[in-house]
Amino acid sequence: MEFIDYYKVLGIEKTASAEEIKKAYRKLARKLHPDLNPNDKDAHKKFQQVNEANEVLSDPDKRKKYDQYGKDWQHADQFEQQRQQQGNTQQGGTQDYSNFGDQDFSSFFESMFGQGGGRQRQTKFRGQDYQAQLQLSLEAAMTTHQQVLTVNGKNIRITIPAGVENGQVIKLAGYGAPGVNGGPAGDFYITFNITAHPVFKRLGDDLYMTATIDLYTALLGGDTTIDTLSGKVKLTVAPETQSGTKIRLKGKGFPVYKKEGQHGDLYVTYTVQLPVNLSDKEKALFTELKNLK
Amino acid sequence: MATQDIITAKEFCIHHNVEMTFIQSLGESGLVEIIQTEEEICVPMHQLPQLEKMVRLYYEMDINMEGIETINHLLNRMNEMQQEIVKLQNRLGVYEEE
Repeated sequence: MEFIDYYKVLGIEKTASAEEIKKAYRKLARKLHPDLNPNDKDAHKKFQQVNEANEVLSDPDKRKKYDQYGKDWQHADQFEQQRQQQGNTQQGGTQDYSNFGDQDFSSFFESMFGQGGGRQRQTKFRGQDYQAQLQLSLEAAMTTHQQVLTVNGKNIRITIPAGVENGQVIKLAGYGAPGVNGGPAGDFYITFNITAHPVFKRLGDDLYMTATIDLYTALLGGDTTIDTLSGKVKLTVAPETQSGTKIRLKGKGFPVYKKEGQHGDLYVTYTVQLPVNLSDKEKALFTELKNLK
Repeated sequence: MATQDIITAKEFCIHHNVEMTFIQSLGESGLVEIIQTEEEICVPMHQLPQLEKMVRLYYEMDINMEGIETINHLLNRMNEMQQEIVKLQNRLGVYEEE
């Protein structure tokens, strides 16, 4: 637990007037408020510090106490004595702070002013946003399905639409931490983390895969069957197909997010596999072919 | 017939201690969708988080209506750009794996 210089946090002098404190707080709040910095944990943390500094410095009693004992907070005995001498004057704190959570006041603040140390705050504050990551396989991301998540002991059933993208964030409004002084609850943000697939690569709504064909099918043409994410597909390979040839299977790609029935395309790249462990006869025939050219 | 949940602007104003003209201004500038019924102004429930955000910007941070419009526009652009970054990172990931 470290001493926190609240004046430094607000960027003001120790002699700052109440008006200057208010001005400095407003200025920083505009810069760091969670509404203006969605998904920015760093800004959120700084905003809490600024908020705490304002909580102390804008209250004449707390400011006086902080100025007197702030740096000597480690001298617990003296501090406690001082606290007792001040009696219950500081106990006008609101129980609303029980909802504010440990993370919203530093341990330094709690040590100095107690857990109920906050004065009756006029301002409503929105609850903290929660962030979570949800891992999905490519197959799971392909279909609209429901999942039950447990957030703070509450079960939330969410519908994950088909076609959700890796890194995509969805917001569940009001499922974050409760607000303060009647402020609204925060939001719950879920970031989807779609694991890489060993066969298919996804680019937007399109899928990419490689299919291996043997030399004879590549040369003479023929049929080959591939496994797609939506089942087996029979392909007709044109004669003299080169290794690296790319074909497009329209509508066999990934579902388009929130556009039911629409799919991207599947691109298949052929890789021609050369025969190995040739028999003497095969070698002779290939030599014959070579000599023909 | 499709139905939607709404709250009267009056009720919202009483609960949040804000002026009706503020909500009207937000509606006029297109920042919040409002519904004018025969008797009163209402706000669709799905607009409440947006409306509450505007209240915080205006009343807690002393940002005027023009400032709120600018911030809203920039936040939307930021959101679009973040989505674009995610898409580009995913594209890049495909090529990096090769």
